[in-house]
Amino acid sequence: MDANPAARDDGRPRAGGHRGRAQPGTGSAAAVADAHRREWAFVLAATARVAGDIDLAEECVQDAYVAALDAWSRQGVPRNPGAWLTTAARRRAIDALRRDKTLRGKLPLLIEPAPPVAGSAPPAPAPGEDDVIPDDRLRLVFTCCHPALAREAQVALTLRLVCGLTTTEIAQAFLVPEPTMAARVTRAKKKISAARIAYRVPGLAELPDRLDAVLTVVHLLYTTGHTAPAGENVVRADLVERALDLARMLQSLMPDEREVRGLLALLLLTDARRATRADASGRLLLLAEQDRSRWNRDMIAEGTALVPGALRGGCPGRFGVQAAIAALHAEAPSYAETDWRQIVKLYDVLLEVWPSPVVALNRAVALALAEGPETGLAQIQELEDDGRLADYRYLPAAKADLLRRLGRDEDAVQAYRAALALTENDAEREFLGRRIAEARGQPKPGHASG
Amino acid sequence: MAEYLILIYEDENGYATASPNVFQEVMDAHNRFAQQVGEKGGKLVAGNALQPTSTATTIRGDVVTDGPFTETKEALGGYYLIEARDLDHALDIAKLTPARFGGVEVRPIMVFQEG
Repeated sequence: MDANPAARDDGRPRAGGHRGRAQPGTGSAAAVADAHRREWAFVLAATARVAGDIDLAEECVQDAYVAALDAWSRQGVPRNPGAWLTTAARRRAIDALRRDKTLRGKLPLLIEPAPPVAGSAPPAPAPGEDDVIPDDRLRLVFTCCHPALAREAQVALTLRLVCGLTTTEIAQAFLVPEPTMAARVTRAKKKISAARIAYRVPGLAELPDRLDAVLTVVHLLYTTGHTAPAGENVVRADLVERALDLARMLQSLMPDEREVRGLLALLLLTDARRATRADASGRLLLLAEQDRSRWNRDMIAEGTALVPGALRGGCPGRFGVQAAIAALHAEAPSYAETDWRQIVKLYDVLLEVWPSPVVALNRAVALALAEGPETGLAQIQELEDDGRLADYRYLPAAKADLLRRLGRDEDAVQAYRAALALTENDAEREFLGRRIAEARGQPKPGHASG
Repeated sequence: MAEYLILIYEDENGYATASPNVFQEVMDAHNRFAQQVGEKGGKLVAGNALQPTSTATTIRGDVVTDGPFTETKEALGGYYLIEARDLDHALDIAKLTPARFGGVEVRPIMVFQEG
């Protein structure tokens, strides 16, 4: 074998593109890692169709990536890594099925009719010709997020099958023991197989609800990573990038779906503020305290540009509206100059589409800023009476903040304490503790200081 | 096509306190459901209403007791065995099952492989 693949003429026509500009060794390892990040979903989805079974597909894809580490270091990185990996994985799947007829007898993941013809070898890609491999990524995503699976199963399966994370990595991301996560993934796969959850993109009638589930999973991945304290394990922080990758992937695969646009916009606009979320010592900073000059203007521009498309056409979806609210925050030169009235109006719209008490609480906070703390407090009182937010720490926290602004310090301290009792997050506890100290230390005219 | 069992769970109190026309409505709904299964491309293999839990007898090991296996607010009141292409198809059909005082569970039938 040549030591220098770049110099080798392997006889392939130029039209096929260059082969192996990358140096053997570390260059190819990086390319495999990159291909793992970019192409996992594509390769797995395409292999699943041929394998008829998720476990077999995963094995074959894993093997293909291992084979790539060797082959690419010797022959150079292929022009189309995804195609190379898919072909390799599918070949292995077909071989496995041929060797072991009983594999076919297993309860299969449903695939489209037209299984591969037994006995025929799959054609090698002709030099210069792009493999026409169907893009089954959406099938994979919708299957992972099927409503028959519990939310935490949807999340685990998406990370595993669509993002290619190992069970260990997923366990670390969600701070659960590895065996627990392994069991969760296995159970989910078993359910897909036993209950026969079909491997397909939902029809038009079911699409809105099914898509909402997918977007919720991606959003959950984002918030899990986003709220992970700085210095936490790398996988957890990496969830933010994964979520953004997924949102972008969905946008490319479903460019006309406005809620997909809405989610991507929301993530971009939220993530634009990431550098200012906490100060150097890890202390959480409120929106009011964040140094807006350090917000990522490119992400804000990209996110804002997506908002009109997300809102277009009749009653908007909840991700589009959330994105619009985030855009208003991102564009305001300061907290004080934020268009709170407009934000309240957007929350009115959001409540119509998403009548959740959490949304109502956020609206109350915006209302307080638009019309004064008393108005907000009245809304919060209603939510307290409602009872659904009894364990939701942001309710007493918001109440405390309004009380503080009204100078009702003792009531504020009580509410801050209630919030403290509901949270285990260190950064939040620190923040609440500080507020309590401030409220008690503050001298009041005419009152004895506490 | 695969088989699924649709289990109907309802609060028996609902029927106990219902006005007479409710029973007719429920009967009509179940008759309509039988038709809808075919319209949806599924097959109704079997179906029955069960007599109330007061008529149930439970056996655990050697012990025979009066009453249902578990006392729940919503009790098993009937079932349908259907054929459907996949879970989505089964759920599509199951959503039409009359169960005004509760809901339904959809369970795939176990298929035992030969050998």
